[in-house]
Amino acid sequence: MIIDGITPVFLWTDLMIWFLFALLIIGVVQIRKDQQKAQQWRSVFESKTAIAAALVLLFYFMVALADSIHFKVDPKQTAVNKTMISGLDMLFSHLSENSERTYSAPFALNEYSSSVVFTESGDVAQEYLPLKHVIQDLNGDSTLLYVLQQSSWAMMISLILLVVFMVFHGYQKFKALAHSKNRDSSKSLPWGTFYLTLFSISFIMGWLYILSFDFHVLGTNKVGEDVFYQSLKSIRTGVIIGGLTTLVMLPLALALGISAGYFKGWIDDVIQYLYTTLNSIPGVLLIAAAVLVMQSIMTTNADWFGSNEERADMRLLFLIFILGMTSWTGLCRLLRAETLKISQIEYVTAAKAFGLKPITIIRRHIYPNLVHLILIALVLDFSGLVLAEAVLSYVGVGVDPITPSWGNMINQARLEMAREPMVWWSLFSAFCFMFILVLAANLFADRVQWVLNPKNEK
Amino acid sequence: MFAYIVRRLLFAIPILIGVNLITFALFFMVNTPDDMARAQLGAKQTTPEMIQAWKEDRGYDKPLFINLQASGHGTITQTLFVQESVKLFSFDFGQSDSGRQISADIYERMWPSLAIALPTFIIGLVTNIAIALLIVLFRGSTLDKVTMAVAVAIMSVSGLFYIIAGQVLFSKMWHWVPISGYAEGLDGFRFLILPVLIGVFAGIGAGTRWYRSIFLEEINKDYVRTARAKGLSEIKVLFGHVLQNGLLPILTGVVVVIPTLFMGSLIMESFFGIPGLGSYTIDAIRSQDFGIVKAMVFLGSVLYIIGLILTDISYTYFDPRVKLS
Repeated sequence: MIIDGITPVFLWTDLMIWFLFALLIIGVVQIRKDQQKAQQWRSVFESKTAIAAALVLLFYFMVALADSIHFKVDPKQTAVNKTMISGLDMLFSHLSENSERTYSAPFALNEYSSSVVFTESGDVAQEYLPLKHVIQDLNGDSTLLYVLQQSSWAMMISLILLVVFMVFHGYQKFKALAHSKNRDSSKSLPWGTFYLTLFSISFIMGWLYILSFDFHVLGTNKVGEDVFYQSLKSIRTGVIIGGLTTLVMLPLALALGISAGYFKGWIDDVIQYLYTTLNSIPGVLLIAAAVLVMQSIMTTNADWFGSNEERADMRLLFLIFILGMTSWTGLCRLLRAETLKISQIEYVTAAKAFGLKPITIIRRHIYPNLVHLILIALVLDFSGLVLAEAVLSYVGVGVDPITPSWGNMINQARLEMAREPMVWWSLFSAFCFMFILVLAANLFADRVQWVLNPKNEK
Repeated sequence: MFAYIVRRLLFAIPILIGVNLITFALFFMVNTPDDMARAQLGAKQTTPEMIQAWKEDRGYDKPLFINLQASGHGTITQTLFVQESVKLFSFDFGQSDSGRQISADIYERMWPSLAIALPTFIIGLVTNIAIALLIVLFRGSTLDKVTMAVAVAIMSVSGLFYIIAGQVLFSKMWHWVPISGYAEGLDGFRFLILPVLIGVFAGIGAGTRWYRSIFLEEINKDYVRTARAKGLSEIKVLFGHVLQNGLLPILTGVVVVIPTLFMGSLIMESFFGIPGLGSYTIDAIRSQDFGIVKAMVFLGSVLYIIGLILTDISYTYFDPRVKLS
């Protein structure tokens, strides 16, 4: 790995994901200030599944953030021909810079298929060649025994992490108890589930990380790249598509939805016409058409982009915008209907009678009543978008083929499953990583919707 | 009723013109005919004459919106936009890059698409409603909770995974059905059963959750309490009253999907090698055949708008409270 002489590079999607992170921090600070909102969000986390799901989502987001700090490197100095590496690549340099020749199964020491070799005596033989970048000498132990020995390290690390958290938490609780006169009577959060999830994540990831120095824990793909590393790299793509798309379309949906509902008349007609028209085009086809057109522009202007990575990043950015353009209609319709309802209420009429400007009325009286809808849309759309990425990549209008993504992995796996014997681990890894993220997002979304929707009686 | 339908049909025209404008902007303005010619003829050694000939051959050599060389109303009609729009609205989609008539291809490939989409839709609807009713009957119990948890899990898996797993298990390992292919008539049954079952299964999660929420909303209404007070058993209340009234939002909600069933499913048809419109579209996208993609965008919008109109009509037909105005 090359440390000296590296300069940071900022890709567009890097900036956007850090912007999302900043928004989250600002949001948390704002919520903590407002007692009513703080109580509402506290009740979101009172559910065991919600707190576990939130922790899983946080883990994925952290990996995506670590993968969104890029540094320029000299392509000649790296083993793989890359012009930039990310923070995650540095942690996993033992995997990103060393690849095998071809397929190998998880924890295998030899290649998956045999190759023809010439023995010293000049004969031709079929042999399963040993892998280059796995542990070479097991001291006569079996793989299983070695793996078990190494597991104790992962166990120790995650236990230490757990204890640190618990001590910190206990100290906070003690401080609060000592300082406040009136004891907090609200329901306590399910800390047991929190710690169990924390322990599970850190143990599984620590275990895989430690063993990844000695084995290809989830095997290697066709060109010998480590599948575990590929799956981790795909997290960034999934989080960006799921999280940023909604963020991109939000201003449009807000502006059009509120103005349609508030001003009514011809403005409403125009905006309704706009989203009915866009809605009537089948989503996948509109995305496909836009991506096709973009592709042909990119190939005719190949000199716009300094490197392949930058081109792939532009394509990801463009995909987010297209997905945003096709998905704002649903939220817009919702916001319009809600604004229509709110502007009938007396306090809005009173505000109008006082001669307040429309922008002030919208900002002070209408927007605050729409926030829960926006938040619900943000979390509800996330999982659908992550799943859509896989389908779009399969159709051929998703992310760039060089961008690591679960869609690209599943797409490759399709041919691998037809092989004899089957290569199942690429599909398996992509499935697991994706399933956990989408499941966590769905469960969390359910809870947020349940708590924030004022219609639900609790 | 007739006047109402005519008025709804008239409303569809501006929307279709809008769709036409969007596709025109995408396919002719952002990506000019010159770009298309270059991509088609290959980047190497294309002379301006070759590009001109290619454009003339397809009628793409006219100006976009205003033709100053033509006289009279020709300044408007002798343009690419009007020419292309007129062709689209008369459902003349022209030729694909391989030289076949797109309209004929669409007509031929519509039926295999329908053969897979229609059974998936009907079986899926019946299954989802049945499961939803069952768990509403046992609402609040462990069965309800477990089913809902399973439904979230089913929802969280990518559809691609169901297809790949299904093909590997049922075709490759157990040899129950052929892995892919299509045949006309009854013989096609063995090809269709797996994609239909996978399609139904993949939709169970979201469908059950949606229908359950509809039935639960219905069950809290006053007439249900009255029915119970009359002494009806819970099963009679559920099947006699709740199902009937719950079907109304369900039916009007799914009517919009019915016309688009003709379009088929992109990934399902492509994985199972079914020669329908879905695989037609996906092949066109992969080979960058803009003519076909354009035709499918237009066709999809037309079918969607038909669906919207059908939805409005079905409201008035099924729900006597809604009056035509």
